[in-house]
Amino acid sequence: MSEVQKQAPIVCESVKRFYQQGDVTVKALAGVTLTIESGEFVSLSGPSGSGKTTLLNCVAGLDIPTSGEVYLIGNRVSQMSKSQLADLRLRSVGFVFQSYNLVPVLSAQENVEFVMELQGISRTERAERARAILQEVGLAGMEHRRPAELSGGQQQRVAVARAVASRPQLVLADEPTANLDSKTSGALMDMMREMNAEHGITFVFSTHDKLVMSRARRLIKMHDGLIESDEIQS
Amino acid sequence: MFKLAWRNIWRHPRRTMLTLLAIAFAAAVLVFFIGLQLSSYDATINATISVFNGAIQVQPEGYHDRPQMRLTIDRPQQVLSSISEIPGVVAAAPRAIGFALLSSGSRTYGAQVVGVDPSTEPKVSTIPGLIKEGRYFTSTDETSFIVGTDLAKNLHVSVGDELTLLGQGRDGSMAATVLPIVGIFSSGSEELDRMMVQLPLHAFADTFGMNGSIHVVAVAVKQVGDVEPVEREIERSGVLGDSLVALRWDELIPGIRQMIELDMSSGWFFYFTLILIVAFSVVNTFFMAVLERTREFCVMLSLGMRPGYLCRLVVLESVMLLVSGLLLGIFIGSLIVLYFGEVGFSVPGMEEMARQFNMPGSIYPRVSFRALTDGPSVIFATSLIGVLFPAARVWRLNPTEGIRQV
Ligand SMILES: Nc1ncnc2c1ncn2[C@@H]1O[C@H](COP(=O)(O)OP(=O)(O)OP(=O)(O)O)[C@@H](O)[C@H]1O
Ligand SMILES: [Mg+2]
Repeated sequence: MSEVQKQAPIVCESVKRFYQQGDVTVKALAGVTLTIESGEFVSLSGPSGSGKTTLLNCVAGLDIPTSGEVYLIGNRVSQMSKSQLADLRLRSVGFVFQSYNLVPVLSAQENVEFVMELQGISRTERAERARAILQEVGLAGMEHRRPAELSGGQQQRVAVARAVASRPQLVLADEPTANLDSKTSGALMDMMREMNAEHGITFVFSTHDKLVMSRARRLIKMHDGLIESDEIQS
Repeated sequence: MFKLAWRNIWRHPRRTMLTLLAIAFAAAVLVFFIGLQLSSYDATINATISVFNGAIQVQPEGYHDRPQMRLTIDRPQQVLSSISEIPGVVAAAPRAIGFALLSSGSRTYGAQVVGVDPSTEPKVSTIPGLIKEGRYFTSTDETSFIVGTDLAKNLHVSVGDELTLLGQGRDGSMAATVLPIVGIFSSGSEELDRMMVQLPLHAFADTFGMNGSIHVVAVAVKQVGDVEPVEREIERSGVLGDSLVALRWDELIPGIRQMIELDMSSGWFFYFTLILIVAFSVVNTFFMAVLERTREFCVMLSLGMRPGYLCRLVVLESVMLLVSGLLLGIFIGSLIVLYFGEVGFSVPGMEEMARQFNMPGSIYPRVSFRALTDGPSVIFATSLIGVLFPAARVWRLNPTEGIRQV
């Protein structure tokens, strides 16, 4: 594989992740080789237990592969310390989880500002960017609500807003629409798509939802820790 | 970060309030009891030293270990006047001390004979005010005795009787005189009441051939806290020369200090139990909070927050809670101390002990820096060490752990 390719947001080379469950070895990832280029909009699907979450965690440096190499934005993850990984994520990777993404004691706006604050962006710029992005995701007027005062879909939108507000190259989302109805999840997908188109942010999200998959440009299907199919949709 | 920490603390208002109150309660109890304890020590010290010894004594070197007639302070006026000028000094009283046999018609006893200055002695010693029969000396050139109550009993004498004194003068010659008893004192100190007889300084000088010199200058200070500064100042002033030394009350009567230290350490046993309980409750609160927030912490870690930042957040939260609790406790504790400082504090049984040491039956505690800080700072340190455990858990937290358990 060439060096140029390793500059891609995500490069996985025969990544394996085994879990030891008593006497049984669970092969959560059985050897995944994968490159995701800048600007892609990728869905990761497959039956429960097929290794989607494990793959996303390994890519983000949250989980350590048993063998194989992960390159995140040109950095060899296995050679980085916890703090270096934290800094890399802070600068370049946004994260959205299935639920409970937000810091409960902070308002929507403060949640969005949070990552920017860690990045050291000035107060005024933070506030400006947060307000703009909340407006973009359709939450104008709800900036000062706490997560408990927002619906599930609104919370997920705040989470996406937070993920993109820090202008990362890559956003990883693990089943971001799992708790949402189809209409809300459709809206959330539209929003991510727009961020992808407008800001050139690479998106990788796992999902069980056919509707969500249909919006992706590239569709990766996993099964038993392996990539089963990988196709570009028109 | 402060804002975040503050809000996190108030996430469970009731739990936080309980922890806060526990901290405040413990701090208040410690502030009060330590304040009471320190004040009672001060009262004990005061009562003990004010009977006769004084807070500081200037003596010829070696006199304390082996009191000898010939070890003297030769220019007493100079020593007395320069000590009197030192700030914090209430009075400095000259004394000449000897040992002699005292006889009434029928009996003879050995006694400590002290020559005192009737005008300054009352400012240094409480004995002039503890006359139970007769009166104290009224003028400097009076020639008469004041006798301890037990000594008077032993000698079968009372006010108006005459006593014969027989001893050795400063130069080794015989010292003898016959003087009337004008007063009998009861100091509460068995030793003094059984052993001591006083007479005016000039009469002592005539009898023992002192030639204007004395043995001891007893110094009274405003409060116990002044003792050390005043001692330093006496040493600095140069009046001591080569032959004199200044001794503090705890050097004069080493027993009091030991008694106080013993009492203090038994007090700390009780305090430590209390502190440990409070520290446990603080640590428990934070362990619960940290466990509950595993998911949240994992999300933060995935967002790129460094583990060190999270640790600091948890420690900051606990410090904030502790400091708020301690401040509240110090405030409440001081109020209680101030209240009892006005009305006095006494417990049944204490009065008996108080009498033993010659002090008033109730204590009027004062707010002092040590009383306010000693207890709370130990609570703070202990709890902070405890909080390192939840913080360590956060440090080791594996982000995948919390992300799976949705
Ligand atoms: N910490 C762990 N210990 C043991 N086994 C684990 C652990 N984490 C994941 N596994 C196993 O690894 C396999 C893949 O899990 P993973 O969570 O990646 O699946 P998934 O595709 O995300 O499933 P789902 O769609 O249900 O979220 C599963 O069989 C799971 O039981
Ligand atoms: Mg999953």
